[in-house]
Amino acid sequence: MITVSSLSYAYPSGETLFFPDFNVPRGKSCLLLGNSGTGKTTLLHLMGGLLRIQKGRVEIDGLDIAKVSESALDRFRGGHIGFVFQRNHLISALSVKRNLLMAPFLAGLPQDEGRVEEVLAQLGLWEKKNARVSELSQGQAQRVAIARAVLNKPSVIFADEPTSALDDHNCSRVIQLLLNVSRQNDCTLVVATHDHRLKSVIPTQVELYAKKHPA
Amino acid sequence: MNLWVLILNYLKSRPLNTALNILLLALGIAMISILVVFNRQFQEKITSNSKGIDLVVGAKGSPMQLILCNIFHVDFPTGNIRLVEAERVARHRLVKRAIPLALGDNYRGFRIIGTSHDYADLYDAKLSQGSLWKEPMEVVIGSDVARALQLSLGSQFTSSHGLSDETHAHDEQQFVVKGILQKANNVVDNLILTGVESIWQVHAVHDETTSSEQSPVRDSSGSSLVPSVAQGDSSKEITAMLVQYRSAMGAIQLPRWVNSQSSLQAASPAFETARLFSILGVGVDILKGFAAVLVFISALSIFIALYNSLKERRYDLAIMRSMGASRTKVFISVLLEGTVLALAGAVVGIVLAHSVMAGISMFVQEARMAGISSLVFYPEEGLILAGSLLLGVVCSMLPAWQAYRIDISRVLAGA
Repeated sequence: MITVSSLSYAYPSGETLFFPDFNVPRGKSCLLLGNSGTGKTTLLHLMGGLLRIQKGRVEIDGLDIAKVSESALDRFRGGHIGFVFQRNHLISALSVKRNLLMAPFLAGLPQDEGRVEEVLAQLGLWEKKNARVSELSQGQAQRVAIARAVLNKPSVIFADEPTSALDDHNCSRVIQLLLNVSRQNDCTLVVATHDHRLKSVIPTQVELYAKKHPA
Repeated sequence: MNLWVLILNYLKSRPLNTALNILLLALGIAMISILVVFNRQFQEKITSNSKGIDLVVGAKGSPMQLILCNIFHVDFPTGNIRLVEAERVARHRLVKRAIPLALGDNYRGFRIIGTSHDYADLYDAKLSQGSLWKEPMEVVIGSDVARALQLSLGSQFTSSHGLSDETHAHDEQQFVVKGILQKANNVVDNLILTGVESIWQVHAVHDETTSSEQSPVRDSSGSSLVPSVAQGDSSKEITAMLVQYRSAMGAIQLPRWVNSQSSLQAASPAFETARLFSILGVGVDILKGFAAVLVFISALSIFIALYNSLKERRYDLAIMRSMGASRTKVFISVLLEGTVLALAGAVVGIVLAHSVMAGISMFVQEARMAGISSLVFYPEEGLILAGSLLLGVVCSMLPAWQAYRIDISRVLAGA
């Protein structure tokens, strides 16, 4: 499903990071662990096609994303990948429902309101569908962001530090939520984090070190 | 969900900023559009009012005053000329048609013009009711006069001396309405037409000692200008005479010939109106400059608004890109936002311009008399709309380009 091999990335500053090879099967979840500066976010962005791959291979759903054009990559992202970021950034000018409908709209997919209601119901947000983003609590906003990530039924969800700012109670709630919706929507889940509380929940783990040389 | 919903929601999320931008642009556009429409209507009125009149012959004085008074009926007469002298001009071989005008009275602000049937013919005035005047003291009224003063066939009224309202009244003589003209959208709509004899008759009563006695008939044929009066009658006076040339030679010879006569002056409507435009043009140019400054400032304001909102919206745009939006899509969304803003400003501006003109033509009598209409749209206004669309595109080009180039990974990583 996801295969990473001999991947490295050179920052504009000249510093180069080398990433370990690994493989995540379909429907499984995986943790990318590492302290800050080990390139977790960079790796996640490389795998999600937000950064162009300079060297090495990343294969998602059988597609070598280093080889496709930028516009093809945009389309691929829209249809196959969902992101959950540390800051649950929603578009504050739009209502909850319209925030969710942005996902199929931007990906160029048919907009299915039934699907929006289904996902909102899965995340216990059904009664908030017409609410303004500013009326949501922090936790509700995060759930809307998760709903937005799974709406297009992507094959992979990449989550960047989804729990690091949360207390223990909320941390386990959010990770369970991510695991549940991934299962319900048949997605592979990749979580990049330095949050060791997640180690016990997701057994498949890739440890990152600040490696300056190829393995 | 589509691009329009997104843009409208973005504009709605900053209501004050959006309103300010629309208002600023609307003011500039309204000013330009008022100038354009007024200028056009003014020129059209002037052309249609002076159509077919090659020369105005009247007493010595300001040539422009002569034109304003005798063609547009806004200024006061330069004085009177003697009918005999007018007849000599009218008999000149280069004159095809000469129409006498006798001014001096009004009825509630509307001028009473003593003239011949040729005057109605000159403006192609068609009767909607009744007939043209035959006897002295019979009048035909323009459509606006009929409407404003609620006059109908057979109505009687007395005139006031002078050309504006509330002056000495000629109570002894009653005018009677014999005909009402169709709306012609020119100066005739606001005039009361009658024979030259009516004006003489009204005034004869109070300068009885000087000119009331009927002059002896010296010639068996009547005057070419006023047939009821004998040719060569030296006691009668008129205000001016409208002249049509027989050939282009008239334009060269006639004005000089008339001006060489001691008491007469000839003024060319074409020349004087061109002079009027060049005088007004300075004021119009200053206003245009001011409007251009307003438009420039509003363009700047739209640019700054987009530029600033883009800073706040970098994260939005990066998220949108992460959800599969292409560079082109975010570029277009920012470009469209600026364009929609500019278009809204232009539409509000043009609506504002026409409302202001509707207000002016309703409350300002001179504008109403001049027949300025607020419901006429000109191709220039389409040009203004297109121009402001272009303005919107230009203003949002740089912010849109920044949106296009946004580095998703850096923004999302919080760098």
